[in-house]
Amino acid sequence: MTDMAIAQPGAGGGAAGKAALRKPELLAPAGNLEKLKFAVRYGADAVYIGGQKYGLRSGADNFTLEEMKEAVEFAKPYGARIFVTANIIAHNEDIAGVEEYLRGLEEAGIAAIIVADPLIIETCRRAAPGLEIHLSTQQSTLNWRSVRYWQEEGADRVVLAREVSFAEIAEIKRHVDIEIETFIHGAMCSSFSGRCVLSNHFTGRDSNRGGCCQSCRWKYDLYAGEDALFAEGDDPFAMGAKDLCMLEHIPELIRSGVDSFKIEGRMRSIHYVATVVNAYRQAIDAYLADPENYRTDPGLVEEIAKAANRPVNTGFYIAEPGHADHIYKPEEKGVPYDFAGLVLDYDAGTGTALIEQRNHFKPGQEIEFVGPGGLFFRQRVEDLRDEAGNPLDAARHPLQRVRMPVHQQVRRFDLMRKKNPS
Amino acid sequence: MAKKPELVTPAANLEQAERFLRAGADAVILGEGRFGIRLPGQVDIEGVGDAARLAHGLGAKLYVAANALFTNETADELPVYLRRAAESGADAVAFSDPAVIQALREAGVTIPLHWHGETLSTNYETANYWGARGAVRVFAARELSMEELVEFKRHCRLEVQVQVHGMTDIYHSKRLLVGLYRQHQGKRAESETYGLDRQLSLIEAERPDERFPVYEDASGTHIMSSDDLCCLEILGELMDAGIDSFYAESLFKSADYQEKVLRIYRQAIDAWVRNPQDWFREVWLEELERQQPEGRPLSFGFLFKQQVY
Repeated sequence: MTDMAIAQPGAGGGAAGKAALRKPELLAPAGNLEKLKFAVRYGADAVYIGGQKYGLRSGADNFTLEEMKEAVEFAKPYGARIFVTANIIAHNEDIAGVEEYLRGLEEAGIAAIIVADPLIIETCRRAAPGLEIHLSTQQSTLNWRSVRYWQEEGADRVVLAREVSFAEIAEIKRHVDIEIETFIHGAMCSSFSGRCVLSNHFTGRDSNRGGCCQSCRWKYDLYAGEDALFAEGDDPFAMGAKDLCMLEHIPELIRSGVDSFKIEGRMRSIHYVATVVNAYRQAIDAYLADPENYRTDPGLVEEIAKAANRPVNTGFYIAEPGHADHIYKPEEKGVPYDFAGLVLDYDAGTGTALIEQRNHFKPGQEIEFVGPGGLFFRQRVEDLRDEAGNPLDAARHPLQRVRMPVHQQVRRFDLMRKKNPS
Repeated sequence: MAKKPELVTPAANLEQAERFLRAGADAVILGEGRFGIRLPGQVDIEGVGDAARLAHGLGAKLYVAANALFTNETADELPVYLRRAAESGADAVAFSDPAVIQALREAGVTIPLHWHGETLSTNYETANYWGARGAVRVFAARELSMEELVEFKRHCRLEVQVQVHGMTDIYHSKRLLVGLYRQHQGKRAESETYGLDRQLSLIEAERPDERFPVYEDASGTHIMSSDDLCCLEILGELMDAGIDSFYAESLFKSADYQEKVLRIYRQAIDAWVRNPQDWFREVWLEELERQQPEGRPLSFGFLFKQQVY
């Protein structure tokens, strides 16, 4: 459970940088209930999820109202809040039913909706006033006048466009007293969010209603008139941006006044969400505990690299992205570590752990255990047995329960990773 | 008599504005690249005043483009710019970023607003919302179907503008992607620019027959459609639906090309008003097809295309 004694965003207080540093909210994505539980256990202050309707990412599992209620109940003892994305750009046919849907969210105990279309904002204020309104990044809000506009329209929080710099965020906070949320980690649209219909043109899939097919990461040839602006062997033109990672800039993020640090990725795995949340949780807590002597822990940077397979950069925060911030080469698909097992139980008497298999592993392989608060230890898989005590040459079945000796104490919900051959 | 919709076009400069108005446009939109998006040329605020006088002298209207997404820095210039635009006699201001609404309030100026939501103006309720905030017109998203447009207009309290001809924007990034790519290749010469004049295009690996124009300007990188919208044949249906304004895009096209487009649409609109039962002339379409650049087909865009998500 996170320390809730430090002021939370929205608890009042003036501009950033002065007096006590405010503790930002760490906001994690979750594609289903299981991922949500891991996000909360690993230190998220809030989790955003998709409902059955009106959210982008039509490919994610998305939550039913019943699941939302369970999510809210689960998060409560941790002091964590649940937000629901309702950020499609609605068409006429989507209008009917918004009201009922929003009332359902309110009744389920959802704290806020993340919304782009003013139609849904207006409906929410009228029909479900208990829900906070967080203006989605789909509105591409870059300046303080727009932020003030949305505040006057009833927004409790504005998620800024990914194209703003630290200096611009600080200026926005100086002019408007409202919660500001920014993306700090994950994949990024290289276009202004919502200002891209490549998918619509190439495949007839509406990107602004969740159908994006990531055409920005396809390969293109560049011409000037009839002249090819590329030679044999040149990388093709592409628009794809490297992923955002602001782990090494926690002090600047906090000092610029960002109230909520948002991690992208409702489609991501448990391993990814838990690992990324864990790293940012530790970095934020370490900085706030001792801002004077804070240094980024290189171990945390390494941790994140274990769950992600794309190169990272700092987006627009520090400077306009350069050519090195884009992906022109074929992407490396391999990850250095795989999520191999979930700890279900630990027997102190025998020094063994009960593990639920999440990926194939076998004796001799290098593994490590990670849980809320950090990476704990490494060892090799030694003796491996099924629940009845029969020796196994490998854990080869999904969700199979196995018991194995571990060198240190482990806890329920710790993750066991295996190192992939490099 | 049936209501006559307006024909509007962007103009790169005053000379173009005059040619286009004389060719049959009822209105032109122009402005500066810092404030307006995807303009075919730069017209400063003095030029806006001249253009307004020109348009009004010809019984036409002049709209100022302030439909970019603004940084803090550019938004700081908006109150003065918008006041001068209003004083220069412009008939309306096109906007997308609500900073324009805030800036008008700061400047103590009121002027009719046209909401250019680009990809965001996809439903009538949202249009009506902007109507309650000062918009008198909405530029409907280019990705809507005919059926959606008809319903949009039926329930919309604002004038509805629809693009009827020319290319559409399909991707807008703040990143200067062409220059960055040239840098990545190690081939970027210092003098190299990537504006409209370069006639740059992209071809996707799996679609060798489709050419997507691309260029950079003050607001970033724009990628445009590989075909040109042409709604001439179905103009009657759009007028039956009550669409208030027809927009003909001039980007990447010569003034001669655009002049012909405007003349033909002018004739078509006038013919429909005279006799909605018998207005269309095949020869118009043939003329438009004849002047199409090679490899750029005319299409109905998304009007009759099934989209999924």
